[in-house]
Amino acid sequence: MPRSILNTAVLTSVLALTIGSQAIAQTYFRGSDGDPETLDQHKTSTVVEANLLRDMFEGLVVYDASANVVPGVAADWEVSLDGLSYTFNLRDDAKWSNGDPVVAGDFVYSLQRIMNPETGAKYANILYPIKNALAINSGEAEPETLGVVALDDHTLQINLEQPTPFFLELLTHQTGLPVHPGTVEEFGADFVQPQNHVSNGAYTLEEFSLGDKIVLNKNPEFHSADSVSIETVEFLPFEDRATCVRRWEAGEVHSCSDLPAEDINRLKEDYGDNVRIAPYLGTYYYSVNTTREPFDDPRVRQAMSMVIDREFLAEEIFTGTMVPAESFVPPGIGNYVEDSPRFDWADMSMLDREDAAIALMEEAGYGPDTPLTVEISYNTSENHRNAATAIADMWSILGIETTYNVRDASAHYAMLRDEKDFDVARAGWIGDYSDPQNFLFLVESDNDGFNYPAYQNPEYDALMDKAAAETDLDARAEILAEAERMFLADTPQIPLLYYSSRSMVSDDLHGWEDNIQNVHATRFLSIAE
Amino acid sequence: MLAYAIRRLLGAIPTLFFIITAAFFMMRLAPGGPFDQERALEATVMANLNATFGLDEPLWKQYVIYLGNLVQGDMGPSFVYRDLKVHQILAIGLPVSIKLGGMALALAMLVGSALGSIAALRQNSAVDYGVIAVATFGITIPNFVVAPVLLLVFALYFDIFPAGGLNGWQSYVLPVIALSLPQIAVVARLIRGAMIEALRSDHVRTARAYGLPTRMIVIKHALRAACLPAISYMGPAAAALLTGSIVVEQIFGIPGIGRYFVQGALNRDYTLVMGTVIVVALFVVIFNLIVDLLYAVLDPRVRYD
Repeated sequence: MPRSILNTAVLTSVLALTIGSQAIAQTYFRGSDGDPETLDQHKTSTVVEANLLRDMFEGLVVYDASANVVPGVAADWEVSLDGLSYTFNLRDDAKWSNGDPVVAGDFVYSLQRIMNPETGAKYANILYPIKNALAINSGEAEPETLGVVALDDHTLQINLEQPTPFFLELLTHQTGLPVHPGTVEEFGADFVQPQNHVSNGAYTLEEFSLGDKIVLNKNPEFHSADSVSIETVEFLPFEDRATCVRRWEAGEVHSCSDLPAEDINRLKEDYGDNVRIAPYLGTYYYSVNTTREPFDDPRVRQAMSMVIDREFLAEEIFTGTMVPAESFVPPGIGNYVEDSPRFDWADMSMLDREDAAIALMEEAGYGPDTPLTVEISYNTSENHRNAATAIADMWSILGIETTYNVRDASAHYAMLRDEKDFDVARAGWIGDYSDPQNFLFLVESDNDGFNYPAYQNPEYDALMDKAAAETDLDARAEILAEAERMFLADTPQIPLLYYSSRSMVSDDLHGWEDNIQNVHATRFLSIAE
Repeated sequence: MLAYAIRRLLGAIPTLFFIITAAFFMMRLAPGGPFDQERALEATVMANLNATFGLDEPLWKQYVIYLGNLVQGDMGPSFVYRDLKVHQILAIGLPVSIKLGGMALALAMLVGSALGSIAALRQNSAVDYGVIAVATFGITIPNFVVAPVLLLVFALYFDIFPAGGLNGWQSYVLPVIALSLPQIAVVARLIRGAMIEALRSDHVRTARAYGLPTRMIVIKHALRAACLPAISYMGPAAAALLTGSIVVEQIFGIPGIGRYFVQGALNRDYTLVMGTVIVVALFVVIFNLIVDLLYAVLDPRVRYD
């Protein structure tokens, strides 16, 4: 092609791009961590789905821009004195995108649907505090027996099995979002297709193209539509974090919801405040197999925990995108004590910690002459591998020789749940709701599926039961703190790091407030003209 | 020749059946299942999911059910993408992969054979060494290096092409180049080697003795024989190109089906893996047939009647 024509072609395409971007100034190109597995709020389980569903639907309560629980479809609510019954008064002007009013019966229908075993809901258990929910989900009771009653079109009562102080927080989860009963009855599983889709949130589903994009348009029927600034959102799935960053740098997306750790330093240097790293409600830890010698000895577990230099892991391995852990429950969580429990030795220097750990190991009968061999199991990932290698080096001071067992994620987690064929295994937990119970329940002895270390401590279980029965939030927080202190002394899991959320946010995108839940509903955002 | 083609296609049915059976059981040998991910599932929930997807049935029964549905053209629901059936997922991604792979294939054939022929005609000259060097470079530098470099240079630095997604013809340029570079290199080497041989062969010498113009000798007589090895190579290569590349798709953010090979296997999305295996197997069978038929067209010594 002659040079002049090439230049013209390039110029034309640049012009076309510029004009195009002016005409669609109110479209928010939102980088997402991948495709949603489903858009059905009852089958959902991932953060990607949470972000999409939050934009399309409104639950009884919602998160505001700073992740505070605020009224959604429910204008207000009363809680009975025993904490067992919640009565929600629904707002009169809540409407579905087809013009139907949102009524209490819609929530009854929705909550029964998620508990119905035939739905195959991945997160049904989050709503088990509702009366009869577990029985229904186990197929032992009919969905109609669920403790959710429409007193009239605008009054909804939810009855619980036992007091659940974090129940409102639970309802912010996408599993608590309503479906439009008529559409689900008519189209079955296909109610999620754009041509059938009816929603009650700030946006409606316009287009879903797997691997390409999901387009949402502003819902004119939404009760607060006047305050919604962005007309159209395009969620773009990125399996590869670096791809999103490149497109952000090229000005093709406004925000990325995750960043490649290895590139963080450059991004911070080049883009400063556009890189948002904020505390996130999650802990990265090592489970220790408490049924296996010598890991059944708490002294051994404690010593192994003490010699790990978490500052090094956070700064060098995870380039400052993780925070050194001092406890299992991450800081900033709701419903907890002011001065939350920490490792006893959190303020000791690394050298003192090493001495104390060597002493503990000697007490337990291990030392230079009686070395210990530990196998670290982890799921395939560069960062997990680097962390394991660093930790093995830190453990060498205790005379521990480390081997590794690497599996892909499915094999790793199936092994943790079923065979438990490991010494020490990497795992992580991101809180579903902001309450310490959501972390501490992991090692309750009857918690099949989550209790990787097979921790059995009746005293711990008793404390957790006591906390569950306590309706006074402050008293409950104290009991949970006691449970965590017991956890930290026993160390069935070695907490290593707290997660951070990491995002790239363009200067044009306003209203993005960093928060511990990392929720950023599009209705609270705007784009500069 | 038509009878031959039909015979070959019928002969592929047992092959496909064997591949499907082997893939089905090999998938299940891998530890873990589609619902074992970082976020653990509650026991009741897990039981409900297994029941919903029929994973609580004995394996042989699952296999029989799967085959039964497959015969009726139903590849089953995806275990991960729960709103879609596997054939819907493939129907979304496959056209994209075919379009992209087809362009890369055409580019590789054209540029590769041109470079190879020129190198052969100027054997041991600077041009020849240049082509060999470029070809070696193209084979040895992997996609996951070439693709980001192309993006950094042409999308971020010069801002000529978009950095990802599929919007307009501009977004096809870089991925097609990234996909075709290694193929161009292989084709150029194959053509060069075969061309050198062809140029020394009896029929070309005879053609020269007749005094035919060089261009005609090269294109009509030498290239025709010289492209046979390249065509044998392009059969399987085309099947691979047209069914997508995970590297190129992820780096450019393209909604093809290449990523499902890897993601499907990692997620233990059994039905999706089966679907991709079937698609690839079909493509390989079909392209091998096409190659054999092309042989008959290009080489007068080959007959299928």
